[in-house]
Amino acid sequence: MIICIASGKGGTGKTTIATNLAVSLNGNVQLLDCDVEEPNAHLFMKPEIDHTETVTTPVPEVDLGKCDFCGKCGEICQFSAITVIGEKVLTFPELCHSCKGCMMVCPREAISEKGRALGVLERGTSGSVEFIHGRLRIGEAMSPPLITRVKEHIDPKKTSIIDAPPGTSCPVIVALKGSHFSILVTEPTPFGLNDLKLAVGAVRTLEIPLGIIINRCDVGDDRVARYAEQEGIPILMEIPDDRKIAEAYSRGIMVVDVKPEMRGRFRALYERITELVG
Amino acid sequence: MKELTIISGKGGTGKTSVVASFAALAKNKVLADADVDAADLHLILAPEIRHEEDFMGGRTARINLEACTECGECLERCQFDAISPDFVVNRIDCEGCGVCVHFCPVEAIDFAQNICGKWYISETRLGPMVHAKLGIAEENSGLLVSLVRNQARVLAEDRGFDTIIVDGPPGIGCPVIASITGASAVLVVTEPTLSGLHDLERVGGLAAHFKIPTLACVNKFDLNEEISDQIANFCARNHIELVGRIPYDTAVTYAMVAGKSIVEFSDGKVSGAIKEIWHRLEHFLKD
Repeated sequence: MIICIASGKGGTGKTTIATNLAVSLNGNVQLLDCDVEEPNAHLFMKPEIDHTETVTTPVPEVDLGKCDFCGKCGEICQFSAITVIGEKVLTFPELCHSCKGCMMVCPREAISEKGRALGVLERGTSGSVEFIHGRLRIGEAMSPPLITRVKEHIDPKKTSIIDAPPGTSCPVIVALKGSHFSILVTEPTPFGLNDLKLAVGAVRTLEIPLGIIINRCDVGDDRVARYAEQEGIPILMEIPDDRKIAEAYSRGIMVVDVKPEMRGRFRALYERITELVG
Repeated sequence: MKELTIISGKGGTGKTSVVASFAALAKNKVLADADVDAADLHLILAPEIRHEEDFMGGRTARINLEACTECGECLERCQFDAISPDFVVNRIDCEGCGVCVHFCPVEAIDFAQNICGKWYISETRLGPMVHAKLGIAEENSGLLVSLVRNQARVLAEDRGFDTIIVDGPPGIGCPVIASITGASAVLVVTEPTLSGLHDLERVGGLAAHFKIPTLACVNKFDLNEEISDQIANFCARNHIELVGRIPYDTAVTYAMVAGKSIVEFSDGKVSGAIKEIWHRLEHFLKD
């Protein structure tokens, strides 16, 4: 089963839920940190990394010896990543979406592939949990292809827990796609509620069953709980604001290590999800 | 014209609460919400929309099944697995590259531009504001961010204002790059956690990559003063000016629930710290 932890609003506790859920289950679990722009799960899991690779995406390289400057490559490119001006071909690899249209359309086979580094992918273990994450190269704009590469490591024989990025646009959609269940972590504040509604919209577009976790459930108002009831979305867990948890979080310490009784709650959460998925 | 973009790397560190306070403190400015896929600033500023427009983003392929001969050319060429074996394009997977459109031998594929969201020019009690709403599961957030910033600039010039304050998105990817390139300065709002520090290192690296002067402030600094000091050391080593430390106070949440910025809501220690930060930023932007 693939469970994706998302949120809309950032900083609501996605990584806390993802990491603590992963370590509370008894083995046969993998954690995939798909927040490749700002991955944080490793700070808590402290995995031993045994595999590192640079992930690239294909971008065009033009052989000017073969090119006759016909301009067809520039015409097909929707992203202004290649253009012919007189007897010059300009490429802007950072704008390229790797559709290979320019390579396909070139009548003289003058365009070949080279790689643009998207970032690195690291794989390892933390206790009995298999750990995989991506780290977007600083300055790289496109995170979705790196997220896709992280997700290629999903092992259908395991419980896969995905830590998604915040927001509701393409990186989140790519992280969510193919999941069997989505947990949306929110907080009971106006910002939390607004972004929760957006995230629910995104998850429903993908037709993935979902539930809500309300973190710091005692800090704001009851509008999130009322919204969940109206929408018929189950509230899977409520975690009170707790200085001890916040303090542990700040140092990269897991909730279940300062509050061992939470392990049972995370296992119950998993049981509940299993029932909901059916 | 001075443009200050507030970012954070890590989400949920308090960017929008800080921006709302700056909105209350700054004179002669335009506000821009560049967190277009999870915009929250409007919840505090309660904008009255004066102008609304569709945001035209990328294109999506659509196969006309009556004209389609099912030759499979499109399926073979699509790099994004966006076309099903029965020749239906998945709107979410389609990258809008147009390769299938170009190579279809019977011209059976439409390629219309999408309405990917809306953008607005509004009036608020704290000044004019440009904001947007990206459609659910839509692409091109970077393009929409650039549009919001451009419109904010036009609006500021129209009104004779000299400052733009931009509420940026979390992360370091496409919409963040679109919200900081060419800005006069960025302010990173971080928090005293290992995650906050880790993400500050990355987003600070991004701002340095684009050679944008970078400042930082630590929100809720007293939750872990040891890590707050580590953040201060990191800033000192990396030419990031630390402009202030904001204490933790539940009044910030009460202000949010009341639909107010904290400086409008109370005169406590958080408001004091933010006023001092704004004072320093004003000086920094003048130089």
